[in-house]
Parts: sequence; structure tokens; C-alpha cells
Amino acid sequence: MQLLEFQTKELFREYGINLLDSIASTNIEQGRKDAKKLGYPFVIKIQVPVGGRGKAGGIQMCHNDDEFELKYPQVMDLTIKGEKARAILLEKMADIKKELYLSLFLNRSKRCYTIIASAEGGVEIESVKNQIIKEVGLGEVSDELANEVAKEIGLEGNTAEQFADILKKLSKITIEKEAELAEINPLAIMNDGTVIALDGKFVTDDNSNFRHDELQKYQEKTEIEERAEKSGFSLVELDGNIAVVGNGAGLVMSTLDMLSDNGGKPACFLDVGGGATTESVYEALTLINKLNGVKGILVNLYGGIVKTTVVAKAFLLAYENNLIDIPVFCRLKGTESEKAKEMLQGSKTKIYGTVEDAINAAVMGIKK
Amino acid sequence: MTDIFRLLKGNPEDSDYEKKGVIVQGITGSYGSIHANNMLSYGTNIVAGVTPGKGGQTWNDFVPIYNTMQEAVDATGAKISIMFVPAKFFLAAAKDALNSGIKLLVAIPEHVPIRDTMETIELAKHRDAVVIGPNTPGIMIPDLIKIGIMPPMPFKAGKIAVLSKSGTLLYEISDELTSAGFGQSITIGIGGDPVNGTRLIDAFEMIKDIPDLEGLVIVGEIGGDSEEILAQRIMDSGFNKPTVAYIAGRAAPKEKRMGHAGAIVMGTYGSAESKISMFNKANIPVAKRPAEVPVLLAGKMEKSD
Repeated sequence: MQLLEFQTKELFREYGINLLDSIASTNIEQGRKDAKKLGYPFVIKIQVPVGGRGKAGGIQMCHNDDEFELKYPQVMDLTIKGEKARAILLEKMADIKKELYLSLFLNRSKRCYTIIASAEGGVEIESVKNQIIKEVGLGEVSDELANEVAKEIGLEGNTAEQFADILKKLSKITIEKEAELAEINPLAIMNDGTVIALDGKFVTDDNSNFRHDELQKYQEKTEIEERAEKSGFSLVELDGNIAVVGNGAGLVMSTLDMLSDNGGKPACFLDVGGGATTESVYEALTLINKLNGVKGILVNLYGGIVKTTVVAKAFLLAYENNLIDIPVFCRLKGTESEKAKEMLQGSKTKIYGTVEDAINAAVMGIKK
Repeated sequence: MTDIFRLLKGNPEDSDYEKKGVIVQGITGSYGSIHANNMLSYGTNIVAGVTPGKGGQTWNDFVPIYNTMQEAVDATGAKISIMFVPAKFFLAAAKDALNSGIKLLVAIPEHVPIRDTMETIELAKHRDAVVIGPNTPGIMIPDLIKIGIMPPMPFKAGKIAVLSKSGTLLYEISDELTSAGFGQSITIGIGGDPVNGTRLIDAFEMIKDIPDLEGLVIVGEIGGDSEEILAQRIMDSGFNKPTVAYIAGRAAPKEKRMGHAGAIVMGTYGSAESKISMFNKANIPVAKRPAEVPVLLAGKMEKSD
């Protein structure tokens, strides 16, 4: 899961990484109280799980009550890259001398943690210049390595010591919380010489959730996502009008690509998992029914071992129970496909021999 | 580099040549049991099962069950194991297998924590063993041995190697290849996780020197940079067999995990564009749809003739 900035900072605080004073709220009433406690001037920061907040107007300076009353609701109402505000963080204004970049990430091909550090932070990682990259194995960053990185990005004396200390703490959190990415950007050297994490991004390995009860409070799931997970499905909601369902992540991604190539707009990515049963396909249709704006369903099942008639039964049941009344464009590979076609004769589910045919029919059918 | 064919087939002078024994970890579970049956019908020589607490019983009246891998290995001499256990128990089961002398471990479980995979890889390095997966459909030499969960229909013996991150796309694309007359010499499922026991480059090293290999198909997807690294390796190694790639996830939004734990684009890291442009640089055509793979492969073969 990906933590928001204020959640990441809660973790940082727990591990003793230097931060500015800040308070998070989800409504203006609470925000007013926070503002009093914190005292002007401060920065209003939108809490969304995507980058580019500053450019989108999601980070605003605030010097007095009037500005607060104007800007808090403005920031709260923003949508950035499709993401609405989850909360607002009020944070003391920083007196910055220099902005650095520091992150630890799980290097997938090298199969170890890797440090990226730079003396030129404060911009997105792709634009960070003069990156120092160090592979660190599976264990914590040693004193030696931390000092070496500090030196290599040109830090000295007390600043270098503080930097090394933060790097070691970041490494400890990364390992203990099983993170895929822990990023401080910018890591700021203040005019008074202290080194402070001004922002934080933290992505953990979802598959390790079962041994991290302490992180569960950060888990954010819609009702539909929760139901999908319970059934062992993977569901990603998208903003088009054709729901895409299939078995296997690769196959569903591939179907999404082909649909988009043909001018179709996917409403979701729904992978029902390696196998498919009458029950799982029925539950998938139930979840799709809860999504907004779905005008048709594109199904692509490669049922190696699955009989297609088992899947056809799910559609028949869905129509019988008035669960769905929109057209279904279906490509089923597997045994008994002739019989499945017969079963669905006269219903709103059409079976196609190839996925290309099913996609063409869906794009044409939904446009009409 | 590990000779995967020697592991899977053995040497012609071996008494068990082309009948290498396979141990199934978690054979009494519903999933393990179904696939043990499917593997048996494919011709895989299942010699033992392991389920802690059920040692001494038999599975299907003829396959002995042991409590530990050590007992199973001691009794059978098998060097290959396939694992069907819940993700939580993956690490313990993997250690049990590798510490008992297993040289090829095929790890089917999905949702294994990355840390556990990395620990397993470290151990496998020390033990000089190969781990395929986790979250893999498995590995097979069509018409000879199947160690995995793939359905048999899409595959046919032949001379094309297929390496794939995805299970169902492996079936889909092998099916297209078979229909077009391209049988497969070996198919290796890398798995859809961020960290893989056998990476695409490792799998490439395993197959690149097959004497009668006629072509290579790489089925990748968004996330990580293993396709880019493989493309670079292919360029550097001077590998000149006709090669075609397919990349799933071009239309996927950024920062969203698309079903597989590993299928996520972070910034530009892991994007389809990055992979496709590297394959283009390596002069490897990238199919836009699964059905296009055999067409591009045939085109490449014509050129190389």
C-alpha cells in the first residue's frame, strides 16, 4: 500500500527522523483548531497518493485567518491526477538553505535494496541530477556506507552526520515495514543547520500485510475493492464505459490494451484469477454492476481447464436474477464452447471466436 | 549456468532419463491434489508428496507422503520439487526443500512477501539451486514433462522457447504459436512478482544454447526493468535466433498495480514504452496483440533464412 505524506511522517516521527511541526485534518472545523495550535505562517498541503501536488496548486502558503478560510476549502476541493483530497496537512513554514534527495528502494532486477541520493533534490526523481546510487543487499545500511553517501553528495561536518543518521533510520523503517520504496524529497538543510524531511513517500509490499497489523490503519479500500479482494479478484477502477473481465493479470492487461487500441474506453480491470467458476464470474458481474457508467462488459477467458459452459451458467443466472441488463461481449476459450453458445442463444451475451471480434463488437455496440 | 535440460530430463545414461522424479509440496491440499493429478496425466513422474503431519499415508493410493522434504528426498533421490502451499508458509517450505538437496524448486504460490522471496533466492544461491517463481505457472518441456499448473492443450513439442511473466498469456500465446505450426522446446514462467527466483535474463541463459533452437518468444508486461535488461543482454551476447516480444499493459494507468504484484509503473520505471523501445533497439519486434506473435516470428524467420 502507498501511504500519504502525513502517514509517512507519522512513521518517520516514530523512528526519530527530524520533521517540522504539522497536523492533519479532514474538515475545516478541525483545520481551524489545528491552525490555532500550529500558529501562522504555515503551508497547506493536500494529501493525495500522487505526485505533482505543487504544480496543481495543492500546496499553498498561509499567513493569516483570511488566507486560511479562502485556501483550505480550495485545496480540499482539488482533484489531482484523478485523486481527491484524503486530508489536509498544515505544516510550519520552512527556512530552507538547500534541498537534497534521498530514497531507498527495492531494486527488482538486482534483488536488493538500493540507495539513491543527490544534493539536488526537490524535483521529481526523473529530473534529479547527479544521483549517487548504491546497492545495499538485504540488511540495514551500515555506518560506513551512510557516511560514504553523505560525503559523496558533498556534505560535511554536522550536516553529513545528520544525513547519515537519517539514512540509517530510513533503512531501518524500510526493512522493518517491508517497504518497496521510502523516499524523502526534499530532504532539506535548513538555515539553522538542521536536516529535515519536508516530504515523504512510502510504499509497502501488500503481500506482507499479514505480518503488519500496525499498518492496517493506513489501508484505504473502497467497498468494491474490498469485496473483490475477498473473492481473490484484482480490480482496478478506470473511467471508461466498458468493463473488462478475464482470468489472469496478463490476459486482462492485454485485453485492456487491445480495447484501447480500438478506441474503446475500459471501465475497469477485473482479473478473476487463474481459474473461473460459475460463482466467481457471477460475483464479478455483481461487482461490475456497482460501478458507475458501465454500458457493456467485455469478457476474455482463457479457460485452460475450465469448461466454458460453467461460465455461461453465470451469465444465465445473472440475467435470470436481473443482476445485469447490459450487453456482454464474450470470448471464451476452452472446452464445450459450442454448447455454451447454444445456452446463451437469445440472451444479451454474445460469444465470439476471437478476442478481436469480441472487442470490435463491443466498441461498435457501445458507441451506438 | 544451470543446465535446465539436464535437471528436467537427466543424462541419456541415467536409469531415470526423461522420467525425473518430482516431489509435490502440499500434495494433499485441494489445489496441490488437482495439479498433481494433471501433472501425472501429462506424464510427469510424481514420486512423493510432502504434507507435515500426514507422513506415512499415500496419495491416490500409490504416491507416498512424507512429513518433511528431507525424508522425501532421502527416500526418492528426487532433485525437483513443486510447491503448493499458502503464501504464509512459502519461506518455511522453500527452506525445507533447498536444505534437503532440491536443485529445481518451482514455486506456484501467489502473494508471497518480497522479503521471503529474496531470502529464498539467497539460500538457493548457496545451495546451487534454481528457483522458478513464485507466482509462476511453472516450467515445461511440451510432450515430455510439466512441472506447473498450465493446461496441456496450448502446448506442442517443437523448437521455440517461450519465456513469460504471465500465466494465461503464456497459454494464449503458446496456443497461437502451436496453431501456426510453431511447437515449443521449453516454456518457462518467470512469474508476475516484483522479484523472481529466475529472472528473464536467467531464463534466457538457460535456453540460449539449445542446439536446435529456432526462435525465442518473450512475453513481458509493465513493471520493473527485466525486459530492458534482457534486450540489452540479447544485443551484447550476439544471440541471433529469430526473437519476438509481446508486452502487456500499454493501456494501464500509472502507479496502479494491475493484478500482478509486479505489474506497476512508478514514474517511468516499468513503463511499456521503455520496454518496447529497448526491444526495438535490439531489433526485436514487439507484437501489439497475442495473435500477432506467430506472424512476426514467421517474418523474422524468413529474413534470417
